[in-house]
Amino acid sequence: MTISEELMLQMYRYMVLGRLFEQCAEQLTHRGLIPGAFHTGIGEEATHVGATLALTHKDYIIPTHRGHVADIIKGAEPGRLMAEILGRATGYCGGRGGSVHLADAASNNLGVQAVLSAAYPVAVGAALTQKRANTGRIVLAMFGDGASLMGTFHEALNLSAIWHLPVVWVCVNNQYAMSTSFAEASAIANVADRASAYNMPGHVVDGNDITVVYETVREARERALAGEGPTLIECKTYRQGHSTFDTNPYKPQEEIDAWSKRDPITQFEQRLRELGVLDEELITQIADGVQRQVDEAQEFALNSPEPPPEAGVEFVFRSSEVE
Amino acid sequence: MTTREITFRDALNEALREEMAREEGVFIIGQDIYGGPGGYQGAFKVTKGLADDFEDRLLDTPMIEQTIVGAAVGAAMTGSRPVAEIMFEDFITLAMDLLVNTAAKTHYMTAGQYSVPIVVRAACGAVGVGPQHSQTWTSWFMHIPGLYVVLPSTPYDAKGLLKTAIRDDNPVLFLEHKKLYNVTGSVPEEEYEIPLGQARVLCPGDDVTLVAIGYMAGLATQVAGTLRDQGLSVEVIDPRSLAPLDMETIFQSVRKTHKVVVVAEDCKTAGPTAEIAALISEACFEYLDAPVGRVGAKDAPIAHNVGMSEYILPDATDIHEAVQSVVAW
Repeated sequence: MTISEELMLQMYRYMVLGRLFEQCAEQLTHRGLIPGAFHTGIGEEATHVGATLALTHKDYIIPTHRGHVADIIKGAEPGRLMAEILGRATGYCGGRGGSVHLADAASNNLGVQAVLSAAYPVAVGAALTQKRANTGRIVLAMFGDGASLMGTFHEALNLSAIWHLPVVWVCVNNQYAMSTSFAEASAIANVADRASAYNMPGHVVDGNDITVVYETVREARERALAGEGPTLIECKTYRQGHSTFDTNPYKPQEEIDAWSKRDPITQFEQRLRELGVLDEELITQIADGVQRQVDEAQEFALNSPEPPPEAGVEFVFRSSEVE
Repeated sequence: MTTREITFRDALNEALREEMAREEGVFIIGQDIYGGPGGYQGAFKVTKGLADDFEDRLLDTPMIEQTIVGAAVGAAMTGSRPVAEIMFEDFITLAMDLLVNTAAKTHYMTAGQYSVPIVVRAACGAVGVGPQHSQTWTSWFMHIPGLYVVLPSTPYDAKGLLKTAIRDDNPVLFLEHKKLYNVTGSVPEEEYEIPLGQARVLCPGDDVTLVAIGYMAGLATQVAGTLRDQGLSVEVIDPRSLAPLDMETIFQSVRKTHKVVVVAEDCKTAGPTAEIAALISEACFEYLDAPVGRVGAKDAPIAHNVGMSEYILPDATDIHEAVQSVVAW
């Protein structure tokens, strides 16, 4: 599979956007403007961007609570996304959801499942609809290494395999579930090795290499559409941050240093320079453009009204009379 | 209207058949539900024969309650209208997260972008199958905003309420008492629906109100008959759903009778009778001539042994005594 220069630049731009967007949200959290914690996917951009770019607009996605750029690639407006993170009325969920319950039905984004284990069964159900109605769409379900050790992983991956469902399972293995390292928590080294237990292909890929992530997910998507069933892909990456409440005291410094040398954006930037796709001027141009986009998103969100408190009891039930 | 006598089980079966015929998006997912030749046809045979016409809409799964309910949610979010079968209500604890955190909250969390039109059917009630296959749990679920809880007590209600539940755009927990599956009752040939949240007055009366849900509604009606022979006029009300809960019908009755007993098969502590009694006390305090009576199971799991099980569960004698107690106040 050859990746066009245009797509490479799109990949680069989205990774930069993902990082700057989340850095902005982090700063807003430190300023006390975001209720609760904010989780970043900083360091994991190649996985979130590469996997999501492999989809069409009509495919479904269950993103993780990190990597908000996946929502944007799928079709969410950065301004309304930031507004939701801030809990504002203009956000996608009117401020009810926030970062970890974000969904955008217009772009077939099924939303984050914040009780992580729920993502697998919901993905199975969404894929079941696609198969029964023969829609030509797939479901991309993303989850972390921590969530890969939960019970529904087994139930749902097995079911997806016996029913040949059009779903692609992508594990963002960022090495840590809060403070618990995957190496200590898992009996085996690779999440994708579990694929053999479900008689589906399993791939371990470098999650900081965006083109490899993209190509692997793309192939799995084709396979799913051909009726050949699900694929389990594990993207090995590193959570450079965690949440705004965590200073990462449990991570060895050598590990942090080693992974920072493998930063997905820096690596890809270098590669694109070598390929002659990027130069200093274009890098600056992209950075400026993305910064403007993030600034606008921030401005839109900060200028958005708080929802009226009494709206907090709306949408509990769907009323057929009203909608 | 032409009616015939059919069982509660067949009434449910007809509702499923008619709703699958009506809408392509309706399918059934669960364990051992396949209703065709060689199929188990459901632990209580509710899906019997359905595969003759809807073979590809009876989806047998492994023993994966979380994923049965969760897959129903994901399918519903993408345009399907699944009916999930959980074999025994006791097993619903396995699916609790998907029911409570996902099914019930999705419409809310997404500000109405997604809705979850699913029905989760489960068999409740004790028939001598021991502590982990006998539970009737309702108050856990009526406590959850975003979830409807329906308990039919007759074949007529079973069919009409199940059809409405499938057509509703919200998640519905539909509890079928095991002792009711073989009960017969008259059901119209013609199509009908019963709105959720509409109580039914099973028999009118003036002296005491008896509110009873699910299997207890039938017992309460029997007790009312006995008491009528003894000169006491008892009004029996079956709320039919605990969420939505039609308190207005109950209030009207209490304002007339001034005395009320509430009955449910759940353990009495924090059971649905507690909520209904509290609502009556809040709204009708000045009308009450006696404290609200409550009947429920003793606070114990349901034993396998028949004598022990009968001791634990509420029965006609308990209801009878509770009514006499409020009358004597």
